[in-house]
Amino acid sequence: MVYEKLKSELTGQYQRAWDSFGMLVLDVSLEQLLPLVNRLKDDFSFDLLLDITAVDYPERELRFDLVYHLFSSESRKRIRLKLCIAEDESQVPTVTRLYGSANYLEREVHEMYGVRFADNDDLRPILLYEGFEGHPLRKDYPMDLEQPLVDYRK
Amino acid sequence: MDYKSPVSSPLEHTADPNHVVVNVGPSHPATHGTIQVIAELDGETVIKADVHCGYLHRGFEKEAEHHTYHKVIPYTDRLNYCSALNNNFAYAETVEKLLGVELTPRCIWLRTLLSEYNRLADHVCCLAATVMELGAMTAFLYMMTIRDYIFEHLNHLTGARLTYSYVRIGGLANDLPEGWLERLEEILKFYEDYIERIHGLLDRNRIFIDRTRGVGAMTPEHALNWGYTGPILRSTGLDIDLRKDSPYLAYDQLEFDVPVGIQGDNYDRYYVRMREMDESVSMIRQCMKQLPGGPVSVANPGVTLPAKDKVYTQIHSLIHHFKLVSDGVKVPSGEVYTAHEAPNGELGFYLVSDGGSRPYKLHVRSPSFAHMGGMHTLLEGYQLADIIATFGSMNMIGGECDR
Repeated sequence: MVYEKLKSELTGQYQRAWDSFGMLVLDVSLEQLLPLVNRLKDDFSFDLLLDITAVDYPERELRFDLVYHLFSSESRKRIRLKLCIAEDESQVPTVTRLYGSANYLEREVHEMYGVRFADNDDLRPILLYEGFEGHPLRKDYPMDLEQPLVDYRK
Repeated sequence: MDYKSPVSSPLEHTADPNHVVVNVGPSHPATHGTIQVIAELDGETVIKADVHCGYLHRGFEKEAEHHTYHKVIPYTDRLNYCSALNNNFAYAETVEKLLGVELTPRCIWLRTLLSEYNRLADHVCCLAATVMELGAMTAFLYMMTIRDYIFEHLNHLTGARLTYSYVRIGGLANDLPEGWLERLEEILKFYEDYIERIHGLLDRNRIFIDRTRGVGAMTPEHALNWGYTGPILRSTGLDIDLRKDSPYLAYDQLEFDVPVGIQGDNYDRYYVRMREMDESVSMIRQCMKQLPGGPVSVANPGVTLPAKDKVYTQIHSLIHHFKLVSDGVKVPSGEVYTAHEAPNGELGFYLVSDGGSRPYKLHVRSPSFAHMGGMHTLLEGYQLADIIATFGSMNMIGGECDR
């Protein structure tokens, strides 16, 4: 089983491994992320980065969960990596050097949650527009707050 | 009043004075979607391209956090609006996984059948738009005719041509109307007749080949690096298909091939989609043969809405309906990622529940968004006019890309 092999060979490179409805989840710390992704890509051919997103828990000290989904074209398995980061964390490593698809995904997480990825110099808004204030997917961003780019017609 | 441009591009100033920066879109007659391509041109050759999306962003994920699980279904229709049923089913399965609901056999087979039927409509629509932009008007009209028959037919089943909202958590809104399967077979025959003509019009057409062969080509490694999935990834020769690799619904009981291309160019993307439609038709026929009887929804009062005729005549059904609609389905806390093979690629829903009746977080892994993230690499080095051909074959759907 691929997951068993992964868990035993990568021991020490993650905090905790658990199963989420048939998918292997590895909880990692901030320092472990980049070396782990590197190994997953090189040794286990997790060569497709499906998704990066975040989950906001405003009451927690480490406010955000960052969630990565990877896919291996060899074993056809998916894996999820999770790490907790503080709101003002500025040292989240970028994975754009490893995956082209991370460009858009990191831009989205940055504008929606305000997570800064170190060494990623293209964090322009992608779904929102220049000058949008706040991060709409944070729990404290009000649902009905409007910021029209062009004023509504009277 | 002066308004600032909503996007800033690194290409606003060119280093070479002979280069020109051209803006294609966001509302351009030759692109079927609201997207902006800012291109630096040397003559007619695209040197650099910068692709901007987000013009159809409407905060799907934020909205979902404020609605009960059933009320999110209409929003999922509007992701890839050419194949709303595929979105419906992927979303419903995500919630059902957390709930631990086992679907009825008839529901599983019907969802499989309808997934393939909607895939057929989506591919037909994508190909029609692509070839129309390359000037093939007859093929466009033929394909739109097929699509319209399918939409009218789905309208008969669901009550809507495009935004079906046909799924319910734990089942489907209603069973098939009388005579629906007979009409389905008629439409499949009609499709086979027409698709033959389209093959004849396009496959060896000199103009079509010149515009598509070798244009926007890529290697499998390139496609994986940029997060491509679905027909676009398969056009490079990799047979990665969720229906085969991790079968969901009834796909493990169906026989089908995974068509792949050779060099990942526009022509391959066209042909992979054409072949996939044939596979879909074969799968629909298998589903029709094996469709079991029985109810389409699970008999679980905590999840399934009561029948309408009972709501209007029995007080306990009315209370039951009221509770489910106003309070919503309670989903146990946890997190799950479910992916389906949508017509465009891997459509994934990442759901985090805190035990309440609204999602704590619902994220969509939309294939189009990933496809747009790497599209500039397929434009650079080609001609300005090739933007239209490549953009068409990538089949960007604004609703899904921008969410």
